[in-house]
Amino acid sequence: MSEITSSVLIRPAGAGRWFAVLGNLTHRLGLSAVGLILPLAVLGLWQYAVNHEWVAIQLLPPPELVWQSLRELWDAGDLTRNLAVSLTRIGWSVLIGSSIGWLLGFLMGLSRTARDFLYPSFEVFTQFPVVGWIPILIIFLGIDEGLKIAAISIAVVVPVTVATFKGIVNIPSALLEVAKVYRFSHSQVLLRVVLPAALPALFSGFRQGIMQAWLALVFVELLASSEGIGYLMVWGRQLMQLDLVFVGLLVIGLVGVALDVSLRYLESRLQSWRHAAH
Amino acid sequence: MSLNLKNLRGAVLPLALLLVWYAVTALGLVNTKLIVPPEKVLQVAYKFVMRGNFLESIEASLFRDLSGFLLGSVAGVLLGVLMGLSRWTERFVGPSFNTLKQISLFAWLPLISTWLGTGDAAKILFVALSAFYPVALNTFEGVRGVSKAQLEVARVYAFTYKQLITKLILPSASPQILTGLHLGLIYAWMATIGAEFLLISSGSGLGDTVIKGRAAFNIELIVFGMLTIGLIGAIFNHIATRIERRLLVWRGA
Repeated sequence: MSEITSSVLIRPAGAGRWFAVLGNLTHRLGLSAVGLILPLAVLGLWQYAVNHEWVAIQLLPPPELVWQSLRELWDAGDLTRNLAVSLTRIGWSVLIGSSIGWLLGFLMGLSRTARDFLYPSFEVFTQFPVVGWIPILIIFLGIDEGLKIAAISIAVVVPVTVATFKGIVNIPSALLEVAKVYRFSHSQVLLRVVLPAALPALFSGFRQGIMQAWLALVFVELLASSEGIGYLMVWGRQLMQLDLVFVGLLVIGLVGVALDVSLRYLESRLQSWRHAAH
Repeated sequence: MSLNLKNLRGAVLPLALLLVWYAVTALGLVNTKLIVPPEKVLQVAYKFVMRGNFLESIEASLFRDLSGFLLGSVAGVLLGVLMGLSRWTERFVGPSFNTLKQISLFAWLPLISTWLGTGDAAKILFVALSAFYPVALNTFEGVRGVSKAQLEVARVYAFTYKQLITKLILPSASPQILTGLHLGLIYAWMATIGAEFLLISSGSGLGDTVIKGRAAFNIELIVFGMLTIGLIGAIFNHIATRIERRLLVWRGA
Protein backbone atom coordinates (compact mmCIF):
# COMPACT_ATOMS: atom_id res chain seq x y z
CA MET A 1 0.00 0.00 0.00
CA SER A 2 2.81 2.35 0.89
CA GLU A 3 4.23 1.95 -2.60
CA ILE A 4 1.05 3.22 -4.16
CA THR A 5 0.71 6.22 -1.87
CA SER A 6 4.33 7.24 -2.23
CA SER A 7 4.19 7.03 -6.01
CA VAL A 8 1.16 9.30 -5.94
CA LEU A 9 3.11 11.74 -3.79
CA ILE A 10 6.02 12.01 -6.19
CA ARG A 11 5.65 15.11 -8.33
CA PRO A 12 7.77 15.71 -11.39
CA ALA A 13 9.89 18.83 -10.81
CA GLY A 14 11.20 21.73 -8.71
CA ALA A 15 9.54 22.55 -5.43
CA GLY A 16 7.21 19.65 -6.04
CA ARG A 17 10.04 17.25 -5.43
CA TRP A 18 10.66 18.71 -2.00
CA PHE A 19 7.02 18.37 -1.20
CA ALA A 20 7.29 14.77 -2.22
CA VAL A 21 10.28 14.15 0.03
CA LEU A 22 8.58 15.90 2.93
CA GLY A 23 5.36 14.04 2.28
CA ASN A 24 7.21 10.78 2.10
CA LEU A 25 8.93 11.50 5.40
CA THR A 26 5.73 12.33 7.28
CA HIS A 27 4.16 9.35 5.62
CA ARG A 28 6.90 7.09 6.95
CA LEU A 29 6.76 8.65 10.42
CA GLY A 30 3.02 8.16 10.41
CA LEU A 31 3.47 4.52 9.52
CA SER A 32 5.90 3.84 12.36
CA ALA A 33 3.56 5.71 14.72
CA VAL A 34 1.02 2.97 14.00
CA GLY A 35 3.24 0.68 16.05
CA LEU A 36 2.75 2.92 19.07
CA ILE A 37 -1.02 2.50 19.09
CA LEU A 38 -0.98 -0.96 20.68
CA PRO A 39 1.40 -0.20 23.59
CA LEU A 40 -0.38 3.10 24.28
CA ALA A 41 -3.75 1.34 24.25
CA VAL A 42 -2.47 -1.27 26.70
CA LEU A 43 -1.09 1.47 28.92
CA GLY A 44 -4.40 3.32 28.74
CA LEU A 45 -6.35 0.18 29.60
CA TRP A 46 -3.96 -0.47 32.49
CA GLN A 47 -4.51 3.04 33.87
CA TYR A 48 -8.25 2.74 33.36
CA ALA A 49 -8.35 -0.60 35.18
CA VAL A 50 -6.41 0.89 38.08
CA ASN A 51 -8.64 3.99 38.24
CA HIS A 52 -11.78 1.89 38.38
CA GLU A 53 -10.25 -0.59 40.80
CA TRP A 54 -10.95 -3.59 38.62
CA VAL A 55 -8.22 -5.58 40.34
CA ALA A 56 -6.43 -5.30 43.67
CA ILE A 57 -3.43 -2.99 43.70
CA GLN A 58 -1.24 -5.91 44.81
CA LEU A 59 -2.07 -7.66 41.54
CA LEU A 60 -1.81 -4.65 39.27
CA PRO A 61 0.14 -1.64 40.51
CA PRO A 62 -0.63 1.70 38.86
CA PRO A 63 1.75 2.66 36.03
CA GLU A 64 2.96 5.73 37.91
CA LEU A 65 3.95 3.56 40.88
CA VAL A 66 6.09 1.42 38.55
CA TRP A 67 7.69 4.57 37.16
CA GLN A 68 8.23 5.91 40.69
CA SER A 69 9.85 2.64 41.86
CA LEU A 70 12.07 2.68 38.80
CA ARG A 71 13.22 6.23 39.65
CA GLU A 72 13.75 5.34 43.33
CA LEU A 73 15.72 2.19 42.55
CA TRP A 74 17.78 4.13 40.05
CA ASP A 75 18.46 7.02 42.47
CA ALA A 76 19.37 4.65 45.30
CA GLY A 77 21.78 2.83 42.99
CA ASP A 78 20.02 -0.51 43.52
CA LEU A 79 19.17 -0.85 39.89
CA THR A 80 22.64 -0.15 38.55
CA ARG A 81 24.25 -2.34 41.21
CA ASN A 82 22.05 -5.37 40.46
CA LEU A 83 22.33 -4.80 36.75
CA ALA A 84 26.11 -4.59 37.05
CA VAL A 85 26.14 -7.93 38.92
CA SER A 86 24.05 -9.54 36.19
CA LEU A 87 26.09 -8.11 33.35
CA THR A 88 29.35 -9.21 35.00
CA ARG A 89 27.97 -12.74 35.14
CA ILE A 90 27.07 -12.51 31.46
CA GLY A 91 30.53 -11.20 30.62
CA TRP A 92 32.44 -13.99 32.32
CA SER A 93 30.14 -16.70 31.02
CA VAL A 94 30.29 -15.43 27.46
CA LEU A 95 34.07 -15.31 27.70
CA ILE A 96 34.36 -18.84 29.07
CA GLY A 97 31.52 -20.34 27.05
CA SER A 98 32.55 -18.94 23.69
CA SER A 99 36.21 -19.86 24.22
CA ILE A 100 35.20 -23.46 24.82
CA GLY A 101 32.69 -23.30 21.98
CA TRP A 102 35.19 -21.93 19.47
CA LEU A 103 37.80 -24.45 20.54
CA LEU A 104 35.37 -27.35 20.19
CA GLY A 105 33.97 -26.00 16.94
CA PHE A 106 37.39 -25.52 15.37
CA LEU A 107 38.59 -28.90 16.58
CA MET A 108 35.59 -30.76 15.18
CA GLY A 109 35.47 -28.63 12.05
CA LEU A 110 39.12 -29.03 11.13
CA SER A 111 39.91 -32.57 12.19
CA ARG A 112 37.98 -35.54 10.94
CA THR A 113 39.30 -37.64 13.82
CA ALA A 114 38.22 -35.13 16.48
CA ARG A 115 34.82 -35.00 14.83
CA ASP A 116 34.43 -38.78 14.94
CA PHE A 117 35.35 -38.89 18.60
CA LEU A 118 33.55 -35.81 19.89
CA TYR A 119 30.54 -35.08 17.73
CA PRO A 120 28.23 -37.92 18.89
CA SER A 121 28.81 -37.01 22.54
CA PHE A 122 28.32 -33.33 21.78
CA GLU A 123 25.07 -34.09 20.02
CA VAL A 124 23.79 -35.92 23.10
CA PHE A 125 24.96 -33.03 25.27
CA THR A 126 22.93 -30.51 23.24
CA GLN A 127 19.74 -32.49 23.80
CA PHE A 128 19.66 -31.51 27.47
CA PRO A 129 17.83 -28.27 28.13
CA VAL A 130 20.21 -25.88 29.92
CA VAL A 131 17.87 -25.58 32.87
CA GLY A 132 18.15 -29.34 33.38
CA TRP A 133 21.82 -29.03 34.34
CA ILE A 134 21.22 -26.63 37.17
CA PRO A 135 20.08 -29.00 39.98
CA ILE A 136 23.15 -31.17 39.48
CA LEU A 137 25.41 -28.14 39.28
CA ILE A 138 23.96 -26.88 42.55
CA ILE A 139 25.00 -30.12 44.23
CA PHE A 140 28.59 -29.72 43.10
CA LEU A 141 29.04 -25.97 43.09
CA GLY A 142 26.60 -24.77 45.73
CA ILE A 143 24.55 -21.70 44.92
CA ASP A 144 27.39 -19.21 44.73
CA GLU A 145 28.85 -17.35 41.81
CA GLY A 146 30.41 -20.54 40.42
CA LEU A 147 26.98 -22.03 39.77
CA LYS A 148 25.78 -19.02 37.81
CA ILE A 149 28.91 -18.79 35.69
CA ALA A 150 28.89 -22.53 34.99
CA ALA A 151 25.21 -22.67 34.08
CA ILE A 152 25.31 -19.61 31.85
CA SER A 153 28.53 -20.79 30.19
CA ILE A 154 26.87 -24.09 29.26
CA ALA A 155 24.11 -22.08 27.61
CA VAL A 156 26.73 -20.22 25.57
CA VAL A 157 28.84 -23.25 24.57
CA VAL A 158 26.12 -25.02 22.58
CA PRO A 159 25.17 -22.37 19.98
CA VAL A 160 28.77 -21.17 19.62
CA THR A 161 30.08 -24.69 18.98
CA VAL A 162 27.32 -25.59 16.53
CA ALA A 163 27.71 -22.39 14.52
CA THR A 164 31.52 -22.56 14.45
CA PHE A 165 31.54 -26.21 13.45
CA LYS A 166 28.97 -25.70 10.68
CA GLY A 167 30.71 -22.54 9.48
CA ILE A 168 33.96 -24.42 9.00
CA VAL A 169 32.48 -27.57 7.50
CA ASN A 170 30.49 -25.52 4.99
CA ILE A 171 33.50 -23.68 3.60
CA PRO A 172 33.42 -24.32 -0.16
CA SER A 173 36.04 -26.96 -0.96
CA ALA A 174 37.13 -24.89 -3.97
CA LEU A 175 38.61 -22.33 -1.58
CA LEU A 176 40.60 -25.00 0.21
CA GLU A 177 41.80 -26.42 -3.10
CA VAL A 178 43.06 -23.05 -4.24
CA ALA A 179 44.96 -22.80 -0.96
CA LYS A 180 46.43 -26.21 -1.66
CA VAL A 181 47.50 -25.14 -5.15
CA TYR A 182 49.25 -22.13 -3.66
CA ARG A 183 50.92 -24.48 -1.17
CA PHE A 184 49.64 -22.58 1.84
CA SER A 185 51.04 -23.71 5.17
CA HIS A 186 48.63 -24.88 7.87
CA SER A 187 48.66 -21.54 9.64
CA GLN A 188 48.15 -19.72 6.35
CA VAL A 189 45.15 -21.89 5.51
CA LEU A 190 43.74 -21.21 8.95
CA LEU A 191 44.32 -17.45 8.96
CA ARG A 192 43.72 -16.64 5.31
CA VAL A 193 41.04 -19.12 4.27
CA VAL A 194 39.23 -20.75 7.15
CA LEU A 195 38.93 -17.80 9.50
CA PRO A 196 37.65 -15.22 6.98
CA ALA A 197 35.30 -17.71 5.35
CA ALA A 198 33.82 -18.86 8.65
CA LEU A 199 33.69 -15.42 10.25
CA PRO A 200 29.98 -14.72 9.67
CA ALA A 201 29.08 -18.09 11.16
CA LEU A 202 31.42 -17.46 14.09
CA PHE A 203 29.80 -14.15 14.82
CA SER A 204 26.27 -15.43 14.40
CA GLY A 205 27.05 -18.18 16.92
CA PHE A 206 28.46 -15.58 19.27
CA ARG A 207 25.28 -13.49 18.98
CA GLN A 208 23.08 -16.50 19.67
CA GLY A 209 25.34 -17.39 22.57
CA ILE A 210 24.85 -13.99 24.18
CA MET A 211 21.08 -14.17 23.76
CA GLN A 212 21.06 -17.68 25.31
CA ALA A 213 23.21 -16.37 28.15
CA TRP A 214 20.67 -13.66 28.82
CA LEU A 215 17.92 -16.31 28.97
CA ALA A 216 19.88 -18.60 31.30
CA LEU A 217 20.95 -15.70 33.52
CA VAL A 218 17.40 -14.70 34.38
CA PHE A 219 16.49 -18.32 35.08
CA VAL A 220 19.39 -18.97 37.41
CA GLU A 221 18.89 -15.66 39.19
CA LEU A 222 15.24 -16.47 39.77
CA LEU A 223 16.14 -19.92 41.09
CA ALA A 224 19.08 -19.21 43.36
CA SER A 225 20.53 -15.77 43.86
CA SER A 226 20.81 -12.97 46.38
CA GLU A 227 21.61 -10.21 43.92
CA GLY A 228 21.14 -9.41 40.28
CA ILE A 229 18.23 -8.23 38.21
CA GLY A 230 16.38 -11.57 38.47
CA TYR A 231 16.72 -11.51 42.24
CA LEU A 232 15.15 -8.05 42.28
CA MET A 233 12.05 -9.61 40.74
CA VAL A 234 11.95 -12.53 43.15
CA TRP A 235 12.27 -10.07 46.01
CA GLY A 236 9.42 -7.93 44.69
CA ARG A 237 7.28 -11.02 44.21
CA GLN A 238 7.89 -12.18 47.77
CA LEU A 239 7.02 -8.78 49.21
CA MET A 240 3.97 -8.75 46.96
CA GLN A 241 5.31 -5.53 45.48
CA LEU A 242 4.46 -6.13 41.89
CA ASP A 243 5.80 -2.73 40.88
CA LEU A 244 9.30 -4.16 41.41
CA VAL A 245 8.44 -7.13 39.18
CA PHE A 246 7.34 -4.72 36.45
CA VAL A 247 10.52 -2.69 36.88
CA GLY A 248 12.49 -5.92 36.44
CA LEU A 249 10.56 -6.83 33.29
CA LEU A 250 11.13 -3.36 31.89
CA VAL A 251 14.86 -3.39 32.56
CA ILE A 252 15.29 -6.94 31.25
CA GLY A 253 13.41 -5.97 28.10
CA LEU A 254 15.53 -2.85 27.62
CA VAL A 255 18.81 -4.70 28.07
CA GLY A 256 17.56 -7.42 25.71
CA VAL A 257 16.74 -4.86 23.03
CA ALA A 258 20.07 -3.08 23.55
CA LEU A 259 21.99 -6.36 23.24
CA ASP A 260 20.07 -7.40 20.14
CA VAL A 261 20.40 -4.04 18.37
CA SER A 262 24.11 -3.65 19.08
CA LEU A 263 24.94 -7.22 18.05
CA ARG A 264 22.96 -6.89 14.84
CA TYR A 265 24.74 -3.62 14.11
CA LEU A 266 28.14 -5.25 14.66
CA GLU A 267 27.11 -8.16 12.46
CA SER A 268 26.10 -5.88 9.59
CA ARG A 269 29.35 -3.93 9.95
CA LEU A 270 31.24 -7.20 9.80
CA GLN A 271 29.38 -8.19 6.63
CA SER A 272 30.07 -4.89 4.87
CA TRP A 273 33.71 -5.07 5.92
CA ARG A 274 33.94 -8.53 4.38
CA HIS A 275 32.37 -7.37 1.14
CA ALA A 276 34.71 -4.40 0.99
CA ALA A 277 37.69 -6.68 1.48
CA HIS A 278 36.77 -8.90 -1.45
CA MET B 1 34.31 -52.38 8.10
CA SER B 2 36.37 -49.24 8.32
CA LEU B 3 33.10 -47.31 8.40
CA ASN B 4 31.96 -49.32 11.40
CA LEU B 5 35.24 -48.66 13.15
CA LYS B 6 34.80 -44.95 12.63
CA ASN B 7 31.28 -45.07 14.01
CA LEU B 8 32.66 -46.72 17.11
CA ARG B 9 34.91 -43.74 17.74
CA GLY B 10 31.91 -41.73 18.90
CA ALA B 11 31.28 -44.27 21.65
CA VAL B 12 34.78 -43.95 23.10
CA LEU B 13 34.19 -40.75 25.05
CA PRO B 14 30.90 -41.74 26.72
CA LEU B 15 32.24 -45.18 27.56
CA ALA B 16 35.42 -43.72 29.00
CA LEU B 17 33.41 -41.32 31.12
CA LEU B 18 31.22 -44.15 32.37
CA LEU B 19 34.30 -46.20 33.17
CA VAL B 20 35.97 -43.35 35.05
CA TRP B 21 32.72 -42.68 36.92
CA TYR B 22 32.46 -46.33 37.89
CA ALA B 23 36.15 -46.67 38.77
CA VAL B 24 36.44 -43.60 41.01
CA THR B 25 33.35 -44.56 42.97
CA ALA B 26 34.20 -48.26 43.20
CA LEU B 27 37.74 -47.52 44.37
CA GLY B 28 36.50 -44.94 46.85
CA LEU B 29 38.58 -42.15 45.34
CA VAL B 30 35.79 -39.64 45.73
CA ASN B 31 33.09 -38.84 48.23
CA THR B 32 30.39 -41.29 47.13
CA LYS B 33 27.73 -39.17 48.81
CA LEU B 34 28.47 -36.45 46.27
CA ILE B 35 29.47 -38.51 43.28
CA VAL B 36 27.07 -41.40 43.50
CA PRO B 37 28.04 -44.74 41.96
CA PRO B 38 26.30 -45.58 38.68
CA GLU B 39 24.81 -48.77 40.05
CA LYS B 40 23.04 -46.80 42.76
CA VAL B 41 21.51 -44.56 40.13
CA LEU B 42 20.20 -47.69 38.45
CA GLN B 43 18.83 -48.97 41.75
CA VAL B 44 17.01 -45.72 42.49
CA ALA B 45 15.78 -45.58 38.91
CA TYR B 46 14.39 -49.10 39.20
CA LYS B 47 12.67 -48.33 42.49
CA PHE B 48 11.29 -45.06 41.17
CA VAL B 49 9.96 -46.59 37.96
CA MET B 50 8.49 -49.64 39.68
CA ARG B 51 7.08 -48.17 42.85
CA GLY B 52 7.29 -44.42 42.60
CA ASN B 53 5.25 -42.01 40.55
CA PHE B 54 7.57 -42.04 37.55
CA LEU B 55 4.92 -42.50 34.89
CA GLU B 56 2.62 -40.08 36.64
CA SER B 57 5.25 -37.33 36.65
CA ILE B 58 6.19 -37.92 33.01
CA GLU B 59 2.54 -37.75 32.12
CA ALA B 60 2.07 -34.50 34.04
CA SER B 61 5.09 -32.89 32.37
CA LEU B 62 4.13 -34.06 28.90
CA PHE B 63 0.61 -32.76 29.39
CA ARG B 64 1.90 -29.30 30.29
CA ASP B 65 4.44 -29.36 27.50
CA LEU B 66 2.11 -30.46 24.73
CA SER B 67 -0.91 -28.37 25.66
CA GLY B 68 1.28 -25.29 26.02
CA PHE B 69 2.99 -26.06 22.73
CA LEU B 70 -0.34 -26.52 20.97
CA LEU B 71 -1.76 -23.23 22.25
CA GLY B 72 1.43 -21.31 21.59
CA SER B 73 2.03 -22.64 18.11
CA VAL B 74 -1.56 -22.13 16.93
CA ALA B 75 -1.38 -18.54 18.15
CA GLY B 76 2.08 -18.18 16.60
CA VAL B 77 1.04 -19.46 13.16
CA LEU B 78 -2.04 -17.21 13.19
CA LEU B 79 -0.12 -14.09 14.10
CA GLY B 80 2.74 -14.96 11.74
CA VAL B 81 0.39 -15.43 8.77
CA LEU B 82 -1.52 -12.25 9.61
CA MET B 83 1.64 -10.17 9.92
CA GLY B 84 3.05 -11.74 6.79
CA LEU B 85 -0.04 -11.06 4.67
CA SER B 86 -1.05 -7.66 5.89
CA ARG B 87 1.39 -4.78 6.06
CA TRP B 88 -0.96 -2.95 8.41
CA THR B 89 -1.05 -5.80 10.92
CA GLU B 90 2.72 -5.86 10.81
CA ARG B 91 2.95 -2.12 11.41
CA PHE B 92 0.40 -2.37 14.18
CA VAL B 93 1.70 -5.43 16.05
CA GLY B 94 5.28 -5.82 14.79
CA PRO B 95 7.07 -3.25 16.98
CA SER B 96 5.38 -4.54 20.16
CA PHE B 97 6.10 -8.13 19.16
CA ASN B 98 9.78 -7.44 18.46
CA THR B 99 10.21 -5.60 21.75
CA LEU B 100 8.43 -8.18 23.90
CA LYS B 101 10.44 -10.92 22.20
CA GLN B 102 13.61 -9.47 23.74
CA ILE B 103 12.35 -9.95 27.29
CA SER B 104 14.17 -13.01 28.56
CA LEU B 105 11.48 -15.69 28.76
CA PHE B 106 11.78 -16.61 32.42
CA ALA B 107 11.32 -13.00 33.50
CA TRP B 108 7.60 -13.51 32.87
CA LEU B 109 7.31 -16.18 35.54
CA PRO B 110 7.11 -13.95 38.65
CA LEU B 111 4.27 -12.01 37.01
CA ILE B 112 2.45 -15.08 35.72
CA SER B 113 2.69 -16.82 39.08
CA THR B 114 1.31 -13.78 40.91
CA TRP B 115 -1.70 -13.70 38.63
CA LEU B 116 -2.34 -17.38 38.07
CA GLY B 117 -0.66 -19.14 40.99
CA THR B 118 1.71 -22.07 40.60
CA GLY B 119 -0.73 -24.57 39.15
CA ASP B 120 -1.08 -25.98 35.64
CA ALA B 121 -2.72 -22.83 34.25
CA ALA B 122 0.36 -20.73 34.96
CA LYS B 123 2.74 -23.38 33.65
CA ILE B 124 0.80 -24.01 30.46
CA LEU B 125 0.54 -20.28 29.76
CA PHE B 126 4.29 -19.95 30.19
CA VAL B 127 5.02 -22.92 27.92
CA ALA B 128 2.63 -21.48 25.33
CA LEU B 129 4.48 -18.17 25.46
CA SER B 130 7.82 -19.89 24.96
CA ALA B 131 6.60 -21.74 21.86
CA PHE B 132 4.75 -18.71 20.52
CA TYR B 133 7.75 -16.50 19.68
CA PRO B 134 9.79 -18.83 17.46
CA VAL B 135 6.67 -20.10 15.66
CA ALA B 136 5.30 -16.60 15.01
CA LEU B 137 8.67 -15.26 13.88
CA ASN B 138 9.44 -18.10 11.47
CA THR B 139 5.90 -18.20 10.08
CA PHE B 140 6.07 -14.46 9.44
CA GLU B 141 9.39 -14.78 7.65
CA GLY B 142 8.15 -17.75 5.62
CA VAL B 143 4.97 -15.98 4.50
CA ARG B 144 6.86 -12.80 3.72
CA GLY B 145 9.29 -14.83 1.65
CA VAL B 146 6.66 -15.93 -0.89
CA SER B 147 7.94 -14.55 -4.17
CA LYS B 148 6.23 -11.68 -5.96
CA ALA B 149 6.16 -13.68 -9.19
CA GLN B 150 4.18 -16.47 -7.56
CA LEU B 151 1.75 -13.99 -6.06
CA GLU B 152 1.24 -12.44 -9.50
CA VAL B 153 0.55 -15.81 -11.07
CA ALA B 154 -2.05 -16.40 -8.36
CA ARG B 155 -3.60 -13.04 -9.19
CA VAL B 156 -3.69 -13.86 -12.91
CA TYR B 157 -5.52 -17.07 -12.11
CA ALA B 158 -7.93 -15.04 -9.95
CA PHE B 159 -7.36 -17.08 -6.82
CA THR B 160 -9.81 -16.45 -4.04
CA TYR B 161 -8.36 -15.43 -0.69
CA LYS B 162 -8.86 -18.93 0.66
CA GLN B 163 -7.14 -20.47 -2.37
CA LEU B 164 -4.31 -18.00 -2.06
CA ILE B 165 -3.67 -19.08 1.53
CA THR B 166 -4.15 -22.83 1.19
CA LYS B 167 -2.69 -23.33 -2.30
CA LEU B 168 0.18 -20.86 -2.35
CA ILE B 169 1.14 -19.19 0.89
CA LEU B 170 0.98 -22.05 3.37
CA PRO B 171 2.74 -24.57 1.08
CA SER B 172 5.57 -22.22 0.14
CA ALA B 173 6.01 -21.04 3.73
CA SER B 174 5.86 -24.57 5.12
CA PRO B 175 9.62 -25.18 5.51
CA GLN B 176 9.96 -22.03 7.62
CA ILE B 177 6.80 -22.81 9.58
CA LEU B 178 8.10 -26.30 10.33
CA THR B 179 11.43 -24.85 11.45
CA GLY B 180 9.50 -22.57 13.76
CA LEU B 181 7.44 -25.45 15.14
CA HIS B 182 10.59 -27.50 15.70
CA LEU B 183 12.21 -24.65 17.61
CA GLY B 184 8.97 -24.10 19.50
CA LEU B 185 8.97 -27.75 20.56
CA ILE B 186 12.51 -27.45 21.94
CA TYR B 187 11.70 -24.20 23.75
CA ALA B 188 8.46 -25.62 25.13
CA TRP B 189 10.28 -28.54 26.75
CA MET B 190 12.86 -26.26 28.30
CA ALA B 191 10.09 -23.99 29.55
CA THR B 192 8.16 -26.93 31.01
CA ILE B 193 11.12 -28.09 33.07
CA GLY B 194 12.08 -24.53 34.00
CA ALA B 195 8.56 -23.70 35.12
CA GLU B 196 8.41 -26.87 37.21
CA PHE B 197 11.68 -25.88 38.89
CA LEU B 198 10.59 -22.35 39.64
CA LEU B 199 6.90 -22.71 40.38
CA ILE B 200 6.98 -25.30 43.09
CA SER B 201 3.56 -26.82 43.56
CA SER B 202 2.14 -29.92 45.17
CA GLY B 203 1.57 -31.53 41.77
CA SER B 204 3.85 -34.03 40.11
CA GLY B 205 6.15 -33.56 37.15
CA LEU B 206 9.66 -34.45 36.08
CA GLY B 207 11.00 -31.04 37.05
CA ASP B 208 9.19 -31.25 40.39
CA THR B 209 10.76 -34.66 41.02
CA VAL B 210 14.26 -33.37 40.33
CA ILE B 211 13.88 -30.22 42.41
CA LYS B 212 12.43 -32.21 45.30
CA GLY B 213 15.33 -34.63 44.93
CA ARG B 214 17.67 -31.69 45.36
CA ALA B 215 15.89 -30.56 48.51
CA ALA B 216 16.26 -34.10 49.90
CA PHE B 217 19.86 -34.34 48.64
CA ASN B 218 18.82 -37.43 46.68
CA ILE B 219 21.52 -37.22 44.02
CA GLU B 220 20.65 -40.55 42.42
CA LEU B 221 17.16 -39.24 41.74
CA ILE B 222 18.49 -35.98 40.32
CA VAL B 223 20.82 -37.81 37.94
CA PHE B 224 18.08 -40.14 36.80
CA GLY B 225 15.60 -37.27 36.43
CA MET B 226 18.10 -35.29 34.35
CA LEU B 227 18.75 -38.25 32.08
CA THR B 228 15.02 -38.72 31.57
CA ILE B 229 14.57 -35.02 30.78
CA GLY B 230 17.38 -35.20 28.22
CA LEU B 231 16.01 -38.41 26.72
CA ILE B 232 12.53 -36.97 26.26
CA GLY B 233 14.04 -33.84 24.70
CA ALA B 234 16.01 -36.03 22.31
CA ILE B 235 12.92 -38.04 21.37
CA PHE B 236 10.99 -34.84 20.61
CA ASN B 237 13.87 -33.60 18.50
CA HIS B 238 14.09 -36.87 16.61
CA ILE B 239 10.35 -36.99 15.90
CA ALA B 240 10.32 -33.37 14.78
CA THR B 241 13.24 -33.92 12.41
CA ARG B 242 11.56 -36.97 10.84
CA ILE B 243 8.22 -35.21 10.43
CA GLU B 244 9.96 -32.23 8.86
CA ARG B 245 11.76 -34.48 6.40
CA ARG B 246 8.65 -36.44 5.50
CA LEU B 247 6.46 -33.39 5.02
CA LEU B 248 9.01 -31.68 2.84
CA VAL B 249 9.61 -34.65 0.54
CA TRP B 250 7.35 -33.10 -2.13
CA ARG B 251 9.80 -30.23 -2.48
CA GLY B 252 12.36 -32.70 -3.74
CA ALA B 253 14.94 -31.20 -1.43
